[in-house]
Amino acid sequence: MSVTFVDLFKIIISAAFIENILLARYIGLCPYIGMSTNISNSLGMGMAVAFVMVLSSIVTWSLWNYIFIPLKLEYLRIMVFILVIAVLVQLVEILLKKNLPNLYRAMGIYLPLITTNCAILAVTFFGVDYNYNLLQVVIYSISVALGFTVATVLLAGIREKLRYAKVPSFYRGYPMAFIVTALLAIAFIGFKGLIK
Amino acid sequence: MKQFWFYFKNGIIGENPVLRLMIGLCSVLAVSVKVENCLAMGAAVIFVLTCSSIVISILRKVIPDQVRIPIFIVVISTFTTIVDLVMKAYLPPLSKAMGVFIPLIVVNCIIMARAEAFASRKPLLPSIADALGMGIGYTLVITAIGVVRELFGYGSILSVPLLPETYQNMMFMILPPGAFLLIGIYIGVLNHLSRRVNK
Repeated sequence: MSVTFVDLFKIIISAAFIENILLARYIGLCPYIGMSTNISNSLGMGMAVAFVMVLSSIVTWSLWNYIFIPLKLEYLRIMVFILVIAVLVQLVEILLKKNLPNLYRAMGIYLPLITTNCAILAVTFFGVDYNYNLLQVVIYSISVALGFTVATVLLAGIREKLRYAKVPSFYRGYPMAFIVTALLAIAFIGFKGLIK
Repeated sequence: MKQFWFYFKNGIIGENPVLRLMIGLCSVLAVSVKVENCLAMGAAVIFVLTCSSIVISILRKVIPDQVRIPIFIVVISTFTTIVDLVMKAYLPPLSKAMGVFIPLIVVNCIIMARAEAFASRKPLLPSIADALGMGIGYTLVITAIGVVRELFGYGSILSVPLLPETYQNMMFMILPPGAFLLIGIYIGVLNHLSRRVNK
């Protein structure tokens, strides 16, 4: 199956905006709500997510297509994928600490959180469920991470402003973050007609 | 026995996993479109949570501290796989409706958090109480959201039509924004109530 540029462009737009993993599919909400208190934090988180997401979907995609399907081990999928992600996160953490201390300082603290980030696991599942080839999987996971970062940074920006707003005391913090998310999600529904 | 009830109630009211600890949100919002999905999801979470708490609590003295997280993951994913396969085999429509969220129970922070914070430290009976309480607390919240969303979104509850024929379904409630708005309101109201009780 050959892949044209238009196909890839469609994957990018639909994964990043139309089917935004946070606002349209409700996946990966814990770090989204927890880490979006200021913009630099959420950028760091987004970078870390992008990094691990691309790596883990390449690894799980190769495992799935070259080992699992030939050996008919599909039922082990959940267990193996989550273990692969956990191991990868550990490896990345060790490698970054040793070789790229600057990058480690920027995104190191977010890495342990990522193991239990459902967005990563979900993307590895979708990557094999949609029958993508390797190039498509890479593009898909990058664009999902892009969508994740856009949504988190948007919410973080709004929450920074909200600190000066007069919100009823029992709605401060999480409740208000959710209500803002609802408004963001309405805005993202606007992207729906983009691809036919 | 008194202790059992203490831990049991703690999960439902005191430290409700969803509204108080802000964990396990994804499946709450995604599945709560219909009450029947909520109940099935609740049952799945209670099963996985209780079984993995039992296993981890029994093995807590054998598990070496350094590798406890991977071991927890293996235990939890075993039970999740069981739920996933059983649902695919016996309840295919439900399994389809919930899609990826059944496998995602594995990364549901509630289960990992309870394994780490409770089951790996406490004996068997309190662990079971804690798991049941947390599971039921989760199910209550998800059902409370599901009732409102199904009533306004489809005009029915448990697929039984309740509102008159002329009712126009409110698409907003079925779409993601409705879920976000509802959970925001719920958390706010709970904050308000708990502050008044504490005064």
